[in-house]
Amino acid sequence: MTDALPAAHVDPDGAASTSGRPHTGEPLVVLDHVNKHFGELHVLKDIDLTVHHGEVVVVVGPSGSGKSTLCRTINRLETFESGSISIDGKPLPDEGKDLARLRADVGMVFQSFNLFAHKTILENVTLGPIKVRGVKKAEAEQRARELLERVGVQAQADKYPAQLSGGQQQRVAIARSLAMDPKVMLFDEPTSALDPEMINEVLDVMTKLARSGMTMVVVTHEMGFARKAGDRVVFMADGQIVEENTPEEFFLHPRSDRAKDFLGKILTH
Amino acid sequence: MGELFSQFNILGAFWVTIQLTFFAAIGALVIGTVVAVMRVSPVPILRGFGTSYVNVFRNTPLTVIMVFTSLGLWQTLGLVLADEQSQHFFKDNNFRLAIVALAVYHASFVCESLRSGINTVQPGQAEAARSIGLTFLQNIRYVVLPQAFRGAVTPLGNTLIALIKNTTVASVIGVAEASFVMADMLDARADVLFLIFIIFAIGFVILTLPVGLLISAVSERLAVKR
Ligand SMILES: Nc1ncnc2c1ncn2[C@@H]1O[C@H](COP(=O)(O)OP(=O)(O)OP(=O)(O)O)[C@@H](O)[C@H]1O
Ligand SMILES: [Mg+2]
Repeated sequence: MTDALPAAHVDPDGAASTSGRPHTGEPLVVLDHVNKHFGELHVLKDIDLTVHHGEVVVVVGPSGSGKSTLCRTINRLETFESGSISIDGKPLPDEGKDLARLRADVGMVFQSFNLFAHKTILENVTLGPIKVRGVKKAEAEQRARELLERVGVQAQADKYPAQLSGGQQQRVAIARSLAMDPKVMLFDEPTSALDPEMINEVLDVMTKLARSGMTMVVVTHEMGFARKAGDRVVFMADGQIVEENTPEEFFLHPRSDRAKDFLGKILTH
Repeated sequence: MGELFSQFNILGAFWVTIQLTFFAAIGALVIGTVVAVMRVSPVPILRGFGTSYVNVFRNTPLTVIMVFTSLGLWQTLGLVLADEQSQHFFKDNNFRLAIVALAVYHASFVCESLRSGINTVQPGQAEAARSIGLTFLQNIRYVVLPQAFRGAVTPLGNTLIALIKNTTVASVIGVAEASFVMADMLDARADVLFLIFIIFAIGFVILTLPVGLLISAVSERLAVKR
């Protein structure tokens, strides 16, 4: 029942890390010629992408380019028509119990937090471990409190989501994902629904997480985060990966016209 | 007036009404919940079944369903719900058939009430539940339904009030609930016709009014908590 996951690759304090993180790791998420349509619209065009153990990939691109769809497809919240996606060497199964188990290995943080409104903060974090992993309640609660402390919302454990600020809710959502000991975490614009003063508290948690060695795919336009925590930037436009580079190179010397155009727009405002 | 109460078993008749309501409400809640879950399930066959169920039972008059349970299920298909040797066979069997009819009919309304409740739950929460690895049924049970019931308090309460009044239809298959006894009384005591009507009207108000008050109270409390 309980397939206890090696949580070892995540250092709980997020402290012990060196600057230039090595990402010589094994491939963890591999997309191979993935194609997806929404009706007539070809949203993902022949996507090839490999994310290695411990790597932080930042996905940027204009609105409608397919960034959210990419994340949702990796987590199989969306189906795709052709190509293959594998997580840690295992191909994504079809709908059913196996898929549910695999999803538990892939954490997802949404733009709109999506906390369970009828459950307390603590219950939000323990639901998955108890019901999916079969962890005992007391044990799950202890772990949840540790995680809430790690993201700085331990004082809110017994409140309901609506009583928290957006920044606090998003940090709880991160703790909820972490409680499953995911192998990789996907973030879809985690700070774009937040008031400016709350963005940094969430980015700080994410940066710490990246430093601790978590494998992450992050859709964001926060260039500070991309530079500080990202290993690689993937630029998408019209459902294609147009350009990939290190953050420094990408932001300073974009090669494609699409990327130059896009950066021109986000840098001027 | 006291003489009417001693001559006819008015309280007993209302007791039958209460029992019909109680058992039919439980049945309708269980069936309606199952059908609602089918209607939002990822399996097309189940969704189709759920939709058909609602369309059939919501659009068929209750009287027709009631008569069908007696003539169709029992007399033709031989479905027996009570001990045939018992002296009370007809009474018990009709009572239980009436509960079946009331339950399957009101289940379609429960289903639609719940579905409106499900629509009040942000789809993002169900996605988050899927993304932490909950299966469809876990998702429904721990995340969606608890919130859907809160969102559906008012339509569910209205369905219960309708059910209380619709128990009167059981009289067509001879169940001695309130309206059945009322008809008897009107035959025998046409001289106090208005009094009889008033007694039964008040009886039903006594049953339905608390339900209405309870709905308001509960939905107010949940609204504050949200
Ligand atoms: N469920 C859906 N049904 C139909 N079309 C969809 C659906 N979801 C997304 N799309 C379309 O697919 C395209 C890609 O959408 P997606 O949300 O992945 O873009 P994005 O890069 O995340 O954009 P944004 O920066 O605005 O979030 C868009 O044209 C969008 O309108
Ligand atoms: Mg998006």
